[in-house]
Amino acid sequence: MEVFTSYHNIISPLGFTTKENYSSVLADKLCVKTCRYGKLNEQFCLSIIPDEQLNVASRQIKDALLYSKLEKLSILSIQDVLDRSRLSFSDPKTLLIYSTTKGNIDLLDNSIKQNIPKERAYLFSMANTIANYFKAVNRPLVISNACISGLIAIVTAQRLIKAGQYENILVCGGDLVTEFTVSGFKSFNALSQNPCKPFDSRRDGINLGEAVATLLITKNKNKLERSAMQIVNGASANDANHISGPSRTGDGLFQSITQTLKNNKIKIDTISAHGTATPYNDEMESVAFERAGLINIPVNSLKGYYGHTLGAAGVLETVLTLEAASENQLIKSAGFSEMGVSGKIEMITEHKKANINTILKTVSGFGGCNAAALFVK
Amino acid sequence: MELVITSYCRIKNNRIVVNGLEVILPKQDIPSYFFADAYKHFEMNYPKFHKMDNLSKLGLIATDAAIKGNDFLQRNKPEATAVVMVNKASSLDTDRIHQQSINDKNNYLPSPATFVYTLPNIVIGEIAIKHKLTGENLFLVCNEFDAQLLIDQAQITFSQETRAAICGWVDYDNGNADALIYLVEIADDSIKNTNFIPLNATTLNQLYK
Repeated sequence: MEVFTSYHNIISPLGFTTKENYSSVLADKLCVKTCRYGKLNEQFCLSIIPDEQLNVASRQIKDALLYSKLEKLSILSIQDVLDRSRLSFSDPKTLLIYSTTKGNIDLLDNSIKQNIPKERAYLFSMANTIANYFKAVNRPLVISNACISGLIAIVTAQRLIKAGQYENILVCGGDLVTEFTVSGFKSFNALSQNPCKPFDSRRDGINLGEAVATLLITKNKNKLERSAMQIVNGASANDANHISGPSRTGDGLFQSITQTLKNNKIKIDTISAHGTATPYNDEMESVAFERAGLINIPVNSLKGYYGHTLGAAGVLETVLTLEAASENQLIKSAGFSEMGVSGKIEMITEHKKANINTILKTVSGFGGCNAAALFVK
Repeated sequence: MELVITSYCRIKNNRIVVNGLEVILPKQDIPSYFFADAYKHFEMNYPKFHKMDNLSKLGLIATDAAIKGNDFLQRNKPEATAVVMVNKASSLDTDRIHQQSINDKNNYLPSPATFVYTLPNIVIGEIAIKHKLTGENLFLVCNEFDAQLLIDQAQITFSQETRAAICGWVDYDNGNADALIYLVEIADDSIKNTNFIPLNATTLNQLYK
């Protein structure tokens, strides 16, 4: 059975649709901005969706006051995909998979006045709230697997559809920038004060970003939009090495890639890497790519535009790469100017046209987890 | 492909049951001794254990108990063994600790050693490291123990590459440890000497009861 990607949406400071995001990225606009983060009274480079923008967009949500920021963003993103695909969660063959690392974690902070019940700090409670807004008949599936959540949510959707349980699955990934995550990554000394520089020799850490992205996965050929690609395969693997540091030899990522590509002699046209811009992560990825023989393939990381959007990252970066592929466009890896990793890889240094029929998307995360997925036109 | 359970461990109300037999710990009814006692009982000999958060300790104990005394790790290749876990509270138990460390601006002490555990899949990472398992990973969150969800996820994870899995429910919330971890394998000749039981909703609900 063939399973495809189809309609999609991205919400970020660059816009509330994939199209707005895509044209902004091609115009070299970055979401990440160096700013004083009030709660810590320190300079960081972050990507935050302004409340004013959200408040205007939220007018189309019924009883918007009942929902948290992340719930509103998720509702708007899912609504856009439902409207354009003419699907409904009242259909028992249609499922929501929600991918997040921290969900409504800001509800734990008692200093923020919110009228949202504390119960919704439970990830299932937040996902159920979103599903109930759409009167969903199926209970949503929630995946929380660090930074690989979004991509394994897409792979899980493909597998569930192949198993015959569902025909359409909307994968929605979302995370916010909160004091919780900023203080945590700061304690790791992992945050850069400047726009991050994935794979560059001067890279000095990540930017945190908030975003929500939604991607329809379907087996119904009459539900495909123009950027649709087949999800051929996907796999995850663990380094079994360290919970907060990547394997120096890229074992888990290498295994994810080789299992995804199997013995396929298929030519990969572009790789959308994870590329967080920490010294160890990017080095590990380059080693894994070289080990997998992916040396002359154009690579980018989209973190230079969006920062690290955690549970949204795998979905957002897949969606933007699908949109670019439909225009046979390679997106330049923002922040990169001088090679700073030892593995032989070819970074995309300018936006340029190229025939793109196949995409390899990879991710890696805390807990030693890695994943890859292969998309083919 | 028929999947079966070749071993399991149930932890509930500070009681441990392994393949139907209850494990008696010396200070069974004192919750604060529970993890340390279980660690000693199963002779885990793994000092890193003491630095872990409650969710990881719970997952590690239940997994060690289920694996101990059988040949699961010898029968199955590390890269072919997946770990698939589900719970209710994600990592909220540790999230609350990290939040407390940043609540007071005059006593601001976020710690990387705590923060890293504010992701539920770290328990999968800890299990993978201890037993050197490099296969598939998936952590799901659900409002309650759902046998069918666990079965569906195991079934879609098995493939040409994935031939075994450590699966189950592992939840730690408000001082309450609740786990059912079991080993899933393919019903073929390699497991004929084990006391395997079928993987279905009826058996899972009985084990969880």
